[in-house]
Amino acid sequence: MKQISDWAFNTASQRGAQYADVRVVDERSRDLTTKNGKVGHAASSDSLGAGIRVLVNDSWGFAATDDLSRESIDRTAAKAVEIAQASATVKEHPIRMAPEPAARIEWSSPCKIDPFTTSIEQNLDLLVKIDREMMAVQGVTMVESSLHFGRYEQWFYSTEGSDIHQTRFITGAGFSALSFQGTEIQKRSYPNSFGGQHQNKGYELIEELKLLENARRIAEEAVALHKADKCPQGKGTLVLGSSQLGLQIHESIGHPIELDRVLGMEANFAGTSFLTLEKLRKLRYGSDIVNVVADATEQHGPGLGTFAYDDEGVKAQCTPIITNGLFTGYISSRETAHTIGENRSNGTMRAEGWNRIPLIRMTNISILPGEKPLTFEQLLADTDDGIYLETNRSWSIDDKRYNFQFGCEIGWEIKSGKLGRMIKNPSYSGITTEFWNSMDAICSRDQWVLWGTPNCGKGQPMQTMGTGHGAAPARFRNVKLGTAYQGN
Amino acid sequence: MLDQNRAQEVFNRIKKFSTVDEVEVMFSSANYSLTRFANNTIHQNVSEVNEAASIRVAFDGKTARATTNRFDDENLKRAVQSAESIARVQEPNPERLPMATPAEANQGGPPLVRWFEQTARITPADRAEAVGQIVTTAKKNSLVTAGIYSNSEHAEGIVNSKGLNVFHKQSSSEVSITMLADDSSGWQKANFPDIRDLDHLRLAEIAAQKARESRVPQELPPGKFTVILEPAAVLDIVGFMFWDFGGLAIIDQRSFLNNRIGTRLFGEDITIMDDVYHPLQAGAPFDGEGVRRKKVTLVENGVIRNVVYARSTAEKIRHSELAAHVGNVEVTGHGFPLPNEVGEAPVNVVFITPGKEQTTEQMIAGTERGILITRLWYIREVDPYEKIVTGMTRDGTFFIENGKVKHGIRNFRFNQSLIEMLSSVEAMGQAVRSSGEESFDMVVPAMKVRDFNFTEATKF
Repeated sequence: MKQISDWAFNTASQRGAQYADVRVVDERSRDLTTKNGKVGHAASSDSLGAGIRVLVNDSWGFAATDDLSRESIDRTAAKAVEIAQASATVKEHPIRMAPEPAARIEWSSPCKIDPFTTSIEQNLDLLVKIDREMMAVQGVTMVESSLHFGRYEQWFYSTEGSDIHQTRFITGAGFSALSFQGTEIQKRSYPNSFGGQHQNKGYELIEELKLLENARRIAEEAVALHKADKCPQGKGTLVLGSSQLGLQIHESIGHPIELDRVLGMEANFAGTSFLTLEKLRKLRYGSDIVNVVADATEQHGPGLGTFAYDDEGVKAQCTPIITNGLFTGYISSRETAHTIGENRSNGTMRAEGWNRIPLIRMTNISILPGEKPLTFEQLLADTDDGIYLETNRSWSIDDKRYNFQFGCEIGWEIKSGKLGRMIKNPSYSGITTEFWNSMDAICSRDQWVLWGTPNCGKGQPMQTMGTGHGAAPARFRNVKLGTAYQGN
Repeated sequence: MLDQNRAQEVFNRIKKFSTVDEVEVMFSSANYSLTRFANNTIHQNVSEVNEAASIRVAFDGKTARATTNRFDDENLKRAVQSAESIARVQEPNPERLPMATPAEANQGGPPLVRWFEQTARITPADRAEAVGQIVTTAKKNSLVTAGIYSNSEHAEGIVNSKGLNVFHKQSSSEVSITMLADDSSGWQKANFPDIRDLDHLRLAEIAAQKARESRVPQELPPGKFTVILEPAAVLDIVGFMFWDFGGLAIIDQRSFLNNRIGTRLFGEDITIMDDVYHPLQAGAPFDGEGVRRKKVTLVENGVIRNVVYARSTAEKIRHSELAAHVGNVEVTGHGFPLPNEVGEAPVNVVFITPGKEQTTEQMIAGTERGILITRLWYIREVDPYEKIVTGMTRDGTFFIENGKVKHGIRNFRFNQSLIEMLSSVEAMGQAVRSSGEESFDMVVPAMKVRDFNFTEATKF
């Protein structure tokens, strides 16, 4: 692979590149799904290619190819330079790259059981068993289960001397049950909706998730929802389960802290951010117990945002984002670090594959658990009146990330410190900073889960990225409930 | 770029490596370039060359797929073996059909010319020149602009061991422009196979006008308003219902059309086709198995007439108790590549307007109190059967009073049933090819809709 970068750098520098980097990516996946006990999707895929990014006349160009022959790499590097030269004709300011020492490293994400060594027969057998367990529940009208295994190997080289070889294993699984009765479709999912749980792990994740053990309960809940009471409308106390809180973090903290959004670089598609630069270290983002980090290091856990170096050769870091409620950090790149007075990127540039440029992306954006011991049961016991919501069903937020509305699959009333009647079609809405300032309790480390969001979209052309979000159940006061069905 | 002869040659090699009854290969090949700008600067500028062979094997009621972008013998052989090994361990599914035949791929329909050299040959310098003109428009209006200007050519083909060999080549050009002032913005987007249809300067002027005229947005209390949805807003919101217009969604009971086919669900002015052959449409005239697409009337004068069917879904539904309740059942050429759990969906939607079309200006002039909406954003489904969706307005939302646009307003959140929305249409414009961000491109009109349900306002 090193030879590919030598060819690219030679061509790029001869044609005037000030800087260049090359990422060669070899990606492999296995995806299996079942529906109603029969095989749905059954596929494997691999993709190999190289992306060449060059800086010419202080402007960027990028070209990618699936042909790794010398002739093709030379042609692709020349094309990247031609593109950068065109970029330079429409610019207001030159690119300023924060300095970064060259790195030479080999790294692999911890993986106890290579998922590709497990048999497909074993994989399908598990999914079919889960389906059958759910189908045994009367009233269930459709069930689906899925497994995803990925292996992402990347070689990164830069003209500054970096030579970084990283391999990540990604494993994910989940299932759902649908129940259609009368004029209502209800759904329950486990361990999370929209594909389940995903982490940078091997097959050991599947064994930890206890999928089969939860299948019948989930199916029974899908049917029971038809007879549940509707979500109340009005303001009240809200307790969120950890997976829903993970998505709340993703949408109302993770995206607004992306410095490229703040600087207007995503204004046409993903949007901008209410977190304008003057708010850094001044805005009270949340209450005193809200502490959030952007942590890509291995110490944080096997999140989808864990790596050793980002895709422009910057070492993984842990950045305090919200500290005791105060907004303290953005996620940045070498190009943007100077805009917040930093002389180094905090290492969050990530690309979907060999054919895409790296963008500022969430790593693991996690809320830290409470320091005092607090179990979920103790949190409930401390709540007189409210609702508890679990598992996301819908999510939406405006393009500056102020106003959000989330729907969940299921809820329960909390009365006198205990879960009471089931609630269907629950939803809540609010304004980001008002919501985080209303948080008055969060469970401790033993309730904290590092969730994976495998499908975060950003950029043009669109890139899908996996992000991690550690969260524990938490309580919010005076939240607007039931908005989704208001007026309907 | 891959051509049909090379596809056949690669297929022949793949077929030699296979040990099973049936083999199908779906080819894709693309040259794609996109120039992205923000803050009046080209900040990202990319190009990609890629091709892939997605190999499906089938035998004994089992099927699986493996995809690779490496066309040498060793990697093709490995992909074939991977597909065979995934299929081999499956339980046989007696509902699996043999692969499609050449006869199913050649059931008529006009030839589609959707590749234009003028589009394919656009250079980085050409794109930069166009972006420079957009930036000039922004500066002339004291605005800042962000957006994309892209061009591509791509080919897709399906070859199978029954002798089916279909191929489609297409070019695409796209521009999306946001104009930003301190407290307002405007947006326009368009996408055409032929770049000569793409008028980026006109779109830049419209986006700039919207940004200028929505400055100092005022806050209105949420509630039910008459709205005028421009075509991009219509396509993004209605796009959410078309995934339910497939036969398998009916069998699975996950469609809002369950128990509703043949009933009047929308207003009488609503007629919707799926028609890949429409002159304003794009895309290949065959589905994921190579079956020729047919024109299908989905909704006629508000009545749900038909859903679309992949081969296996049509077979399944004919032999089920649903057959008597879903109207005409025939293979329509809308299946996704197999194996999949979704089935099929219409992806070339065309709204047929009933005549008496109004321009947006005429709709505004006839509105006593309402909201003009340029674009909707982050739309998600709240209720799958009542088809309530939520989302936000974005990039140009205006208050209309006494037949005139009065001023920009802060953006609203809506929670709106699509069934109620399409039952409350008071006027439509001419259907045009339109692009958004939440759904596939469609041929849709602007719509004036009463009692659109806004539940909250945001801060800008």
